[in-house]
Amino acid sequence: MASLLVTGANLLGRGATDLLVEDGVITEVGSIRSAKGADVLDADGLVALPGLVDLHTHLREPGREDAETIASGAAAAAVGGFTAVLAMANTNPVTDTAEAAERILDLGRATGLVDVVPVGAVTKGLAGEELAELGLMHRSRARTTFFSDDGKCVHNARVMRRALEYVRAFGGVVSQHAQDPHLAGPQACAHEGELSGRLGLPGWPGIAEESIVARDVMLARHIGSRVHVAHVSTAGTVEVVRWAKAQGIDVTAEVTPHHLVLTTDLLAGYDPTFKVNPPLRPQEDVDALRAALADGTIDAVATDHAPHARHDKEHAFVDAAFGMLGLETALSVVSDVMVRGGLLDWAGVARVMSQSPARIAGLAAHGSTLSVGDAAHLTLVDPAAEVTVDRGASLSLSRNNPWHGRTLQGAVHATVFGGRVTAQKGALA
Amino acid sequence: MSTTTTARRTHRHLLSSADLDRGQVRAILDTAAEMHGVQQREVKKLPTLRGRTVVNLFFEDSTRTRSSFEIAGKWLSADVINISGKGSSTSKGESLRDTVLTVAAMGVDALVIRHHASGAAQQVSQWVDAHVVNAGDGTHEHPTQALLDAYTMERRLGDLEGRHVAIVGDLTHSRVVRSNLITLRTLGARVTLVAPPTLMPSGIGAWAAAEGFALSNDFDAVLPTADAVMMLRVQRERMSGGFFPTPREYTVGYGLTRPRLDVLMAANPDAVICHPGPMNRGLEISPDAADAASSLVLDQVSAGVAVRMSVLYHLLAGGEGEDS
Repeated sequence: MASLLVTGANLLGRGATDLLVEDGVITEVGSIRSAKGADVLDADGLVALPGLVDLHTHLREPGREDAETIASGAAAAAVGGFTAVLAMANTNPVTDTAEAAERILDLGRATGLVDVVPVGAVTKGLAGEELAELGLMHRSRARTTFFSDDGKCVHNARVMRRALEYVRAFGGVVSQHAQDPHLAGPQACAHEGELSGRLGLPGWPGIAEESIVARDVMLARHIGSRVHVAHVSTAGTVEVVRWAKAQGIDVTAEVTPHHLVLTTDLLAGYDPTFKVNPPLRPQEDVDALRAALADGTIDAVATDHAPHARHDKEHAFVDAAFGMLGLETALSVVSDVMVRGGLLDWAGVARVMSQSPARIAGLAAHGSTLSVGDAAHLTLVDPAAEVTVDRGASLSLSRNNPWHGRTLQGAVHATVFGGRVTAQKGALA
Repeated sequence: MSTTTTARRTHRHLLSSADLDRGQVRAILDTAAEMHGVQQREVKKLPTLRGRTVVNLFFEDSTRTRSSFEIAGKWLSADVINISGKGSSTSKGESLRDTVLTVAAMGVDALVIRHHASGAAQQVSQWVDAHVVNAGDGTHEHPTQALLDAYTMERRLGDLEGRHVAIVGDLTHSRVVRSNLITLRTLGARVTLVAPPTLMPSGIGAWAAAEGFALSNDFDAVLPTADAVMMLRVQRERMSGGFFPTPREYTVGYGLTRPRLDVLMAANPDAVICHPGPMNRGLEISPDAADAASSLVLDQVSAGVAVRMSVLYHLLAGGEGEDS
């Protein structure tokens, strides 16, 4: 494999540094005058981060290849600076068997753009009743350790308990979509509050999330297992997670870029682009999520990239599909709100977008410290670049982009996956 | 009609009661009074909207509202077409946008939309060039119902400025209450919303504080000061949803029963009773109250046609208006 010399990058607080990659591995870090035969990537003024890892991606294949395929999602991920994405299990058919997990693994490998890591369903068919083949998925070539019924909550406490007990045997983790279906109701689609009352939209109260998270951390404590909270959306959940961590309970949590910025008042126009699950919350929740990400209560940023075909969004608000795109804009959003806002430095971004998610998902080859011997998964960021998001320019097959028209500071300049440049300046390399 | 020309076509659509300021409500109600006169004629036909096409696009069943709009359009000489959502393209999987674009592409001047989802009419208005009238969207609004309610009350009570209207019942799931609240406040009425706590919309406390209406869980405390009592229908599907223990308990707490009718009439012999219908007799309203001389239920139905004629007239007659 050709070697790659990255010159002049700001390497996680180490100042302008050169970095040599050979055969997909970082072989030299420091001042490197030349490297014979190497391709040179001028990174002067750029920040080098370990390749970004997304704990929460929906790729829609199999079943809805019109909205996204593993190939198109991988391309969007590469452009967005990601070198690994965890593909959620709520496809059709559901990823609830070893064979299904291996199929996604293989389709991901075929892209050569990112590591596509299949997430296993917790329960068969996401029905919330019987455990899926958790052990067989783990024994498969996919080596699945991260399980989730995302899109649905494992709301039966007994089933959740059994899942946590079962995966403990091989160090697995259950990622919970926390949404008590009785408190939220079947049509819940907007943060329950004054605006949902005025708009006549079925409310999705924060307590429906908080009560499940509170239950799950107690289960995790009781069992001595690991639980991960997907897409935290309320200040109350932050408090529960903070308390649980203080008790030594093995809980981790993620927040999406959209919950760090967008607020429920965007629903006033009934635009289904802004319909997401959990829903956009008020500013006080947004502020709490930012603070929790900064202080480590929330471990990771995860996109919850949820592509939908146009016709699945062009319904009345309550009938439209949940979800929004996120892979291509995540870094810019985090840069704009957390770095420019003074809440995180770039080492902090490396922590929440690469190292912590890699650790949570058990991806040893990702989330490195960019040291000699590490796999060469890199994201080069131009912190000064301003990008105005254009949904038409997306490599995703879908266009449900809530950031369309917004200008954000900070952009992915290039992505290096296994020593090879996969994307540069918003396009595949 | 000359009295209304200054307010004509200030809006392109009627999506929410909040679209209308006091002058515009006044104009619609004044025109409705003239249209009501047409209703009394032997030949109930005006040439006003000749050559215009109005489509009633009803994705949800509604005999009374659809018929009311249909008659209103026809008496203004518009060509009126009714399309039912049941069996329509959306029920076959087509998106709402594609469905309304298909209908609009046939050369429609106005779309009257009824939909089970809040906000649907507003969304439709962003996709089509035709004028859009919200004929009830989910649990959001029903602006022509509010206009006809105000019209009906005014006919009996006179100017609503300072009058006290109590709206009682399932506030959470009522589109009628949201529009009525706005229109009645626009006309200067004092409004109290009465319901058990489980049927109050979320965040209504802040809403009430911001907009100056009252809330109560005690119907008996509110009743003696009311000039008008508007009872809302309790939807049967709510009865098993845990919103209240039993129909009997609901009636005892929040029904306009015979004893409450007596209290109301004793306190204020001129008070009136409204209900947007259809009524659950014996649940939220007793037969005595529904059929009382003070009941305006049938007047509301009759006024519906006149008010909808007025709304269609203001949207469709004359020159181009401004966008709302």
